[in-house]
Amino acid sequence: MTNIEIILTIVSLVLLIIAGFFAVLKKDLIHAVVATSVISLVLSLMFYLLQAPDVALTEAAIGIALSTIIFIITVRNTKRFEDK
Amino acid sequence: MKKVVVIGSLGVIVYYLLSAFVAIPFGADIIKGVKEFYLQKSPDDLKVANVVTSIVVNFRGFDTLGEVTVLFLASTALGSILYHRRSQHSGLNPQRTSVEASAIVQTGAKIIFPFTVILGAYIFIHGHLTPGGGFQGGAIIATGFLLMLISYRKFFIKHNALTWIEAIAGSTFVILGLFGLIYAKNHDFLENFLPAGKLNDLLSGGIIGIIYIAVGFKVGAEITGILDTLLTVKETGLDPEEN
Amino acid sequence: MQEFLTYSIYGTAFFLMLLGLYAVLMKKNLVKIVIGLTVLDSGLNLLFVAVGYISGGTAPIFSPAVVGKHVIMTDPVPQALVLTAIVIGFGVTAVALALVVRLYRKHNTTNIDEIKNLKW
Repeated sequence: MTNIEIILTIVSLVLLIIAGFFAVLKKDLIHAVVATSVISLVLSLMFYLLQAPDVALTEAAIGIALSTIIFIITVRNTKRFEDK
Repeated sequence: MKKVVVIGSLGVIVYYLLSAFVAIPFGADIIKGVKEFYLQKSPDDLKVANVVTSIVVNFRGFDTLGEVTVLFLASTALGSILYHRRSQHSGLNPQRTSVEASAIVQTGAKIIFPFTVILGAYIFIHGHLTPGGGFQGGAIIATGFLLMLISYRKFFIKHNALTWIEAIAGSTFVILGLFGLIYAKNHDFLENFLPAGKLNDLLSGGIIGIIYIAVGFKVGAEITGILDTLLTVKETGLDPEEN
Repeated sequence: MQEFLTYSIYGTAFFLMLLGLYAVLMKKNLVKIVIGLTVLDSGLNLLFVAVGYISGGTAPIFSPAVVGKHVIMTDPVPQALVLTAIVIGFGVTAVALALVVRLYRKHNTTNIDEIKNLKW
């Protein structure tokens, strides 16, 4: 790995941890779903940096677009807030 | 109390797993598996440039058949879990949204839709040459249909057409595999029996390209079916007939 | 540097798995439980691909620029496994969310404590 790749990797890892916390701890379910989408986006970049373009493409198509939309449809059909 | 127990036990599990995985340092070439065999056999015998494709479709092709079946089962299960009776007084299909999307969204969706489908088709046709393949291409095509479904209230998908596409694509996969039992050299299921061609040529790889095109159609039809089923769920939450 | 990357990447992957398992075990909301499952999936996929990486390796594709030269290539087997796992994970998520919608229609709640049949 070159230097720029190492820097990108470390930024991605920090973003992954922050987005993971948001996804699990947010009470508003739409925010949590968007955080899972951010996890998928950063993970797609990570797969590309780890020389796995096939997996990156799959994660981009399925993780970012399709998973997010089915979560949002479900939240729209049920309740938006997780009650305490 | 429960929280402390859960976090403590998860911490113990993760500690032991992490200490086991640290024995494989990141970036070190110490795993001796079937990697060398695949990396050598894929360009030499099968003439497939993308090794991941040749593993997914040829070396572990039976597994991929099971994977496609799992997606089909998920789509069928969704239809049976989220069934709804067609309303008696109006013969129309249930509406997806209560408001129409704006003209800007509709025009944009109409312009982008054909290019999305073409991109998906490109990705699964070139699955054996460039990154990508049937699953990715099918998912991208489904994204295009999703765009049309959420922009237009009157855009309906014919479920008969989806059924036929799935049936033909799935049969193509199985029949090509069965031909391998008769015509191929070692008489194995899903073995290549067509001429392999030249490396990095569009018509190379024998049956691998054809199977990935079939998988692309099948995955695209299945995911479109899943999205259509989920989007036509009634917005009113409680169903009086179920209580 | 090697050691630092090892610990940071594997640590992040395990951290995501831990967060997902925590959400599955502790959260009361059904949608949150499914979100936990997808976070768990993400961590597992990252771990698999990171194990298959070889430093200085290229993607396992014999493009015309690579044919005939001696190049190191990353391990393609975990990549194929993860490709399968992502697609199956999508199917699992879809069916789980359909069950959530169905439970909501029957009980008018997504809290598992209020649904008596799911209590443990």
